[in-house]
Parts: sequence; structure tokens; C-alpha cells
Amino acid sequence: MSRIKSCFERLAQDNRKALIPYVTAGDPSLEVTAAILDAMVDAGADVIELGVPFSDPMADGPVIQQACERSLASGTTLKKILALVADFRTRNSDTPIVLMGYLNPVEAMGYEAFAEGCSQSGVDGVLLVDMPPEETDGIKEYFTSRDIDLVFLIAPTTTEARMDAIAEAGSGYLYYVSLKGVTGSASLNVDEVASRVETIRNHTGLPIGVGFGIKDAESARAVSCVADGVVVGSALVNRIAENADAPGRIPETVAEVLRDMRAAMDRD
Amino acid sequence: MSEQLDFSAFPDARGHFGIYGGRFVSETLMAALDDLEKLYMRLKDDPEFRADFDNDLAHYVGRPSPLYHAERWSQKLGGAQIFFKREDLNHTGAHKVNNTIGQALLAKHIGKRRVIAETGAGQHGVATATVAARLGLECQVYMGAEDVERQKLNVYRMKLLGAEVIPVTSGSRTLKDAMNEAMRDWVTNVDDTFYIIGTVAGPHPYPLLVRDFQSVIGREARQQCIDMTGRLPDALVACVGGGSNAIGLFHPMLDDEGVSMYGVEAGGDGVETGRHSAPLNAGRPGVLHGNRTYLMESDDGQIIETHSVSAGLDYPGVGPEHSWLKDMGRVNYVAVNDDQALAAFREVTKVEGIMPALETAHALAYAATLAQEMPRDKTLIVNMSGRGDKDILTVAAMDGIKF
Repeated sequence: MSRIKSCFERLAQDNRKALIPYVTAGDPSLEVTAAILDAMVDAGADVIELGVPFSDPMADGPVIQQACERSLASGTTLKKILALVADFRTRNSDTPIVLMGYLNPVEAMGYEAFAEGCSQSGVDGVLLVDMPPEETDGIKEYFTSRDIDLVFLIAPTTTEARMDAIAEAGSGYLYYVSLKGVTGSASLNVDEVASRVETIRNHTGLPIGVGFGIKDAESARAVSCVADGVVVGSALVNRIAENADAPGRIPETVAEVLRDMRAAMDRD
Repeated sequence: MSEQLDFSAFPDARGHFGIYGGRFVSETLMAALDDLEKLYMRLKDDPEFRADFDNDLAHYVGRPSPLYHAERWSQKLGGAQIFFKREDLNHTGAHKVNNTIGQALLAKHIGKRRVIAETGAGQHGVATATVAARLGLECQVYMGAEDVERQKLNVYRMKLLGAEVIPVTSGSRTLKDAMNEAMRDWVTNVDDTFYIIGTVAGPHPYPLLVRDFQSVIGREARQQCIDMTGRLPDALVACVGGGSNAIGLFHPMLDDEGVSMYGVEAGGDGVETGRHSAPLNAGRPGVLHGNRTYLMESDDGQIIETHSVSAGLDYPGVGPEHSWLKDMGRVNYVAVNDDQALAAFREVTKVEGIMPALETAHALAYAATLAQEMPRDKTLIVNMSGRGDKDILTVAAMDGIKF
């Protein structure tokens, strides 16, 4: 069974929801990212979305754009990120890692080489923002044959007909983008999210994570009441940006945000 | 080519030209692109829509644009007879308006009150602001901060037309970054906003519909050439940034096997220096801005900075149909450096009294070389894609003149 699947099953048994933090790998350096990963696990992260930086992150707001810029400036490459995950796996064999990013760095490496690299280093899932299910012909098999989950997005604009196709193509979990916009945009509307998640459940048995617009412990708790997982990105990356001149402080300050969210989500 | 390919059958139903094209966008935009595709497929052969489009082209744009025999320049070069397809005489001064007229009609049909656009040289921004003014639509144009500086006249034109120009300060501060920001705007405001993409790139159906709107250039030029010379042209030359003026000229003649075609990319300081904007000459296939196409990228798949004296060609990608035409060898893609383009700008202005845009000057520079290799009884058509008024300040600055 994939690490992601068993993670969600374990959580369901305990009646808990997944806390899914996102950070951009290599922001501000890969050494700091390694420490952030450990700190996030200690703070209660269940699944980690690790961003692969891209020069032109079209679906991201300024916070994650700048994270990509800092990461690329520090010399981060996809190969080095795979090595980072392999190193993390020497310390942690439970926490699923999902690489999240844009297609072109993967195209440049080659799909088979990338899937094999993921498999070797212990990556569990891949979410490529600009690769809808329609464009996975001839690509999907490289991942499915290696038990690597392909995670897809569902948006507020996604029609019910498309939900079936996305649920069919995806595995691990589905990521519901809670609002129309880029990452780090305005706050989400929990009632609306709840009703959309219910609709999505009619089309899939996969767990549903919700992201975009989760800024603090209370919004994390509100979303955890209606979804299976809570994805938090810009709120953490903001902390990294604020401490760019004192990278030693970054792992703890990121962990602090997550501990608050974890506590709020686990509250009765 | 050994067997005749039906070029009009591409892109396929999923928007692919061979391995190129497609629809690589985040999920939020998929529904809007589906809707746009359905709308366009319904309207493209609709007699009423065609009549509206043709009527606007005739009475607002001023089509057909003339085919002009540049006799003096041809004689001076001593080779093939050069003809200019005068897209510079269109309303707003470039070929861009053919497309914005078409997309604005689509926006009107789909009931969007707001349009957005990206622009490099500002020609597409001006053409979008123009049609928005005419239809009473709100209009915002994203433009790289560097381009805002080097294309001040067009920035002011857009403001006069009632559009808001938003300078983009991220990344390389040029056309690709403007396109990123326009995509971010669209994903946020997709319910009430129509994104008027300015070139034959982006997610399906944009490369298809922009090509169709621009193909009026090639249809007219083909017939005009037959009327004036009694036969088809021997060669076509057009500059290629995203490649909309080139596709517009080439596409209606792709089936005419005897017509050779040359797309001219921006060589910047020289392709060998790495400081250029010539992905078809020196890039490789990848995915950016919603389509798979040739890109300028690092070994790790990061998009690299481009360089060109002309803001409109300063782009690391190219329309996917060009990538496909390159691979099959139907069109030859070459590069012309900044200094060669500037020399052609000055030469054609002096010899023919026609001041080309710096983008167009790249095509003219190559046409001069090509014409000299061809006999005098051959015919070569250059797409005079835009006029050079917008570039006067840039050229003046190089001459040390300040206004």
C-alpha cells in the first residue's frame, strides 16, 4: 500500500484530519529545507508537499514566486531535491512526500528518469500544477508502474463531468483549490468549501485535501471539519521570507505555525 | 514533402500539432478554455459571425491591406522582386488588430465585460485597448516594466484609449512575465474576464483561433500576388516572436508546395552569444504558458532570459504550430541579429519611404539576403507586420538624440 494511502487510513481510524504543509525546496537553501522537513514532522505534519521551484510559476502569487526566486538563486535543481528526499528517508520512513511544481523541469529531466528518481529517493506522490489529466497520455504509466501517486487539482470551476475524469486519473488524494486565484490570495469561504467537498465526494472515494486561503489555526480547523486534509503553503513561506536573514530560526518559526494548526485541528 | 498533408486538419481535437500545443494550465482555467473552444467551434463557420468579422476588417481595420512592390529596394539589391504585405497600414499600425477584432467579437458573444491582454512592444496592447474602447469593455494590459520604459509611446496610447497599463516587475520584466501576470489575473477573474492572447501561443484553442483570425493576411497576399504577377510567390518571409504574423501569412499557402517559407527569429547579440530570443534556432521542446513548444531554457528546465532590441520578439517561446512546421521542415527558421535589423530599419525607411517596426526589420534584413540569392524573375513577399513610429525613441537614443 502506498505511504499516502496508509497515512490517510491511519488518520481516518483515529478520526483525525491530515495537516499538509507546503514549502518550496531550497528556500532559502536545501540545508535549511532539510531542517524544516524534520521540524514540520515533529510539529504534526502528516503529508509534506515539497515545492520544486520554477522560473515562471504562473499559478502562484507573489509569496511563492519569491520563494521560487530565492530557491533558484541558491542553486536548487530537481536532482538535488530528489537527493534531499533520499536523505530525509534515512531519518523518516513514514511521512509521505509529494513533489509539487510545474511541468517543465520534469520535461527537461525526462518523465521516466524523473519517475525512477522519485521511486529511488522515496517520493510518494507528484502534483504537477500545469498537467491536467488530459495531457498525461504516455506519461501516467511511468508513475503508476512505480506506485507513485499522481495528485490532481479540482477547482471551483471544475464541472462534475471533469470530476469523474480527475478522480479516475488521480490517486493518493485530490487537492481542492478553494478559490479562484493564485496561491496566497484572499480568505476562503468555509460554507462554500463544505458544499463543494460534498459534491466532490459523490465522484470519488479518494481523500480530499483543501488548500489556498488557509492562513491560521482557526481557518485550518474550519477546513478540517469539512475535508480530509488541510494544505497550508503561503502562511509558512511567509515565515521563511521574514527570517531570510536568520535562516537558523526558520525551522522553529515554521513549526510554531503548524503546532497551532495541529492543536486547533485536534481540538474536540 | 512526399505526401500531401492537410494542414487545415491541425491542431487535432485536443489542440495538438504533433507533440506540440495542448492545454497545460492549472485546473481553474480548464472550464473556461473548454467553453471558449466550444464557442469558437460553433462560431467559426457561422455566416453571421464571419460577416461581422469581415465587416469590421473592411470598415474599421481598412482591409484588404495592399501588396506593394518595393521596386527601388529590389533593384538596389539586384535579386528577386520584393513585395511588402502592408499590415503596417492597418488601423493601429500592425497586424495585431486582425486578432483582437476577432477575439473581441468572441468576448461579446460570451458576455464578458472585461478584457485583459499581455503585450511586449505594445502593439497588441494598443490593438486590444482599441477594440475594448469601441465595444465599451473594461481593459487592463500587462506589460513588462522594461518594455513600459522602451515603448513609452504605446503605453501612453493605451492610456488615451482608456486602458490601464500594469507594469510587471517580476522575473525578466518583459513579455513572458507579462503573460504570467495576465494568466494570474485570468485565473482570479475568470468569471467576468476574457483573456485576449496576442499571439499563436498559449493553451488550446488560442493557437488555433489566433491563426484563423490572422490568416486573412495570407489569403489576401496569395490572391494579390496572383493578380499582380500572374502566379504564386516563390518565397515568404516574416518575423517570429510568438509567430502570429508569420502564421497568418504562411498558413493559407502551406499547401502550395512551391512556396518556400522563412520565419525570422531575433538573434539579439548573436545566437552564438546566448543573448538572443531564438528558441527555434537554439532552444528545445518544453512546456510554458499552456503549450508544449520550443523554449529557451536551462539544462534544468528553467526558462532563461531573452534579449532582443525589439520588445515584440523578446520572448523565450514560440507558437506550437511553428515548432511542428520546423520539425517537419516545411518552414525554415533563421535568426537575424539586432545590428542587422537596425540596418534594415534604416535602409527600408530611406529607400522605400516606409518605416518598419523593429520586429518587422528582422524579416526585412533576412529578405534582403534571400532576395540576393534569387534570380530577378522570382517573387518574395515580406510581411510588413507593423510600422516603426513606436520605435523612433529607441532608434533616436542609439543615435544619441534625446527628446
